[in-house]
Amino acid sequence: MEQNDHVQVIPRASIPLWRDERVLKGVAQVVSAALVIASLTFFAHNVLRAAEARGLGLGYDFLSQSAGMPLGESVIPYDPADSYARAFLVGILNTLKVAVVGIVLATVVGTVTAVARLSTNWLVSKIASVYIEIIRNVPLLVQLFVWYFAVYQQLPPVRESIQLPGPIFLSQRGLYLPAPVAGPTFALWAATVGVAAILAVILHTVLLRYQLRTGRTTRPTLIAGLLLVSIPLAAWFLVGQQPLTWDLPVANRFNFRGGLQLTPEYAAMLTGLVVYTGAFIAEVVRAGILAVSRGQFEAARALGLKDLQILRLVVFPQAMRVIIPPLISQYLNLTKNSSLAVAIGYLDLFYVGRTIINQAGQAVPVFVMVMATYLLMSLVTSLFLNIYNRRIQLVEH
Amino acid sequence: MSSHPAAVVRPPAPPGPVRWLKKNLFSPWYNTVLTVLAATFLFFVLKGVFTWVCFRANWTPVTHSLRLFAAGQYPPEQLWRVGIILWMISFLFGLSGRVWRGTFMVFARGLAIALGALALIPLNLSLLGIGARLWLLANPALVFVGYHVGHTRVGKGRWVLLGWGLSFVLMILLLTGLPAIPWLPPVESGLWGGLLLTFLLAVVGIAASFPIGVLLALGRRSTLPVVKGFCIVFIETIRGVPLVTILFMFSIILPLFLPENVRVDRVLRAMMAMTVFASAYMAENVRGGLQAIPRGQIEAAKALGLNGFQTTLLIVLPQALRMVIPAIVGQFIALFMDTTLAYIVGLTELLTVARAVLQSNSEWLLLDMEVFLFIAAIFWVFTYSMSYASRRLEMALGVGKR
Repeated sequence: MEQNDHVQVIPRASIPLWRDERVLKGVAQVVSAALVIASLTFFAHNVLRAAEARGLGLGYDFLSQSAGMPLGESVIPYDPADSYARAFLVGILNTLKVAVVGIVLATVVGTVTAVARLSTNWLVSKIASVYIEIIRNVPLLVQLFVWYFAVYQQLPPVRESIQLPGPIFLSQRGLYLPAPVAGPTFALWAATVGVAAILAVILHTVLLRYQLRTGRTTRPTLIAGLLLVSIPLAAWFLVGQQPLTWDLPVANRFNFRGGLQLTPEYAAMLTGLVVYTGAFIAEVVRAGILAVSRGQFEAARALGLKDLQILRLVVFPQAMRVIIPPLISQYLNLTKNSSLAVAIGYLDLFYVGRTIINQAGQAVPVFVMVMATYLLMSLVTSLFLNIYNRRIQLVEH
Repeated sequence: MSSHPAAVVRPPAPPGPVRWLKKNLFSPWYNTVLTVLAATFLFFVLKGVFTWVCFRANWTPVTHSLRLFAAGQYPPEQLWRVGIILWMISFLFGLSGRVWRGTFMVFARGLAIALGALALIPLNLSLLGIGARLWLLANPALVFVGYHVGHTRVGKGRWVLLGWGLSFVLMILLLTGLPAIPWLPPVESGLWGGLLLTFLLAVVGIAASFPIGVLLALGRRSTLPVVKGFCIVFIETIRGVPLVTILFMFSIILPLFLPENVRVDRVLRAMMAMTVFASAYMAENVRGGLQAIPRGQIEAAKALGLNGFQTTLLIVLPQALRMVIPAIVGQFIALFMDTTLAYIVGLTELLTVARAVLQSNSEWLLLDMEVFLFIAAIFWVFTYSMSYASRRLEMALGVGKR
């Protein structure tokens, strides 16, 4: 009898419903979902009513209508009679134009600054750190205003334009650079370059394998590099006419003819973004290089590697692993920051979207498109760089 | 060894100036070349900047519009309210400097020196009147008074925190005014501007985003898939789009999303946008802190019989939040700089004031460089000193507490 008492188990049903964790969790989920759905319904209801009251459309039919708005800057041919969809595409391409060029240049500026800051030369290192400390502590929009209103807008008129070697002309109309023009033999030459690149990669792999197997130095990078330079160079003279010529800007009385024109808006955006992001990238790169421990240098030197080899084979691969993740976010920041273009009138995605809203009155759908495009750019960029990141992380073993 | 004094190993003598120069500027031959190039570059830049700042630049648009830059269109006869707010801040910083030391002391000292210097700035009296100067000079005194009040019984963290909270409410009341009080007429938010608005946007943004960010961070680490999903979608969407789009959404699209009879003030809409934007980043900062809490802490709390709610509130959050203070200061600095974007939705923050000043006088039309560099200098002084203080704070937290 006593033993029976001992074994007695508390019946499961005695846990009240309001203290059962599973029930509570389920209720919490249902309640939070209901809250979110309720507020979304509330907003949607209001939007529908406002749209009805003000005669705003909510569909995407307007995209095929003629936009009727002039856009001064476009990568693709664009006419005001074209559709809203094409105007939007012009905006996207303009954003990409400033973002891609900006990313490349900012990386160069950032790397050079980082190396200068780490230099043993006191003066050079101080100049680099002053640049970084000034730029990082002033808002980007203020810097863009300085570049646009105080620099590019105050350049002399075309007739008195400043000529830099190149020839590059600076005037109120913007920046005029020599533009490369493909000749009739360009396709042939480009194909040769492609073949040379493939050959160089194969040769590099073969030589490296041989070196790893036998231990004999074969200088794979040097030989592959020579191949990569010599074949295109030889082809340049062998294909007959010059495959690439420079189209130089020529000063006219009122404007320039030929060459590559960068509008003041584009030039200001690009300068601002590159100078700003370059300072941030410099800090990222510096942190990456400093993260490689001193022992690695010393070990590499003990193995008899030369300075350049140490940088290329030991420091650089390890630093890249630390650098890549924050670099991704800097690239994304630059892309997102390009939306500040609206303040100085560069026709980027956000500016074009806002103009479409003003003109077509389709606030909500256009807005969804703008946000979705930025989100997509962020996702695609981080996807690509994450794949690359995973690849170099695997090299560790 | 000790019997032979010459053999005692001494630390190497500090290098003399010549040795230092040789080591840091001229050591291998290419460093000499670099030094010469850099010095030439520096000489021409400095010479250019110096002659421009001192002789060529025309600073009248800046010196004649100091009030506009400070507070925008805030009615001049009501500016004493802003002055009182400044006094409250000075006093509280002095008090906090005594009680919490560290960063607050750095800030308090900086505030006293900066405002004192501003009061004594060698400018024409018609530009910065005697009254305003005396008003500014009272600030260092109040920092001092606050510091000494900190010695008394009031000098407890709890009271100081309460003081900050209460005075924040008081400051907002002072700024907006109350229709019931005749000597405190309401001042429309459209008249707030300049540095005042910039600070207001940043402080309100960071303060309001803090609780939301903590909730979002907890939600993202929740075991409930629905809650977790919502939090992830919210955080990643906000972080994936530029602040401009969010500001624009709140200024143009928000009215469509609300019932017709609800009207939200323009400044308030911008504050909401800053809050939503900041809360997503705050959530990620807090999540970093939450992840750094060892599991043992949670298990120990469970073993003591705390329930999930108590564990989070009493064990996890206090430790996590202390860890993320430097990150939050960094975020505040970023948000402070991001307030310039309010220009795009038409608020009278510093850049808007700057452009209005330039257009207010036909002789000033081409003085963009002077005015925008002045704005840049204002931002630089604030952000640089804040990041300096935050670095000190990081060191203090790293060494002292753990």
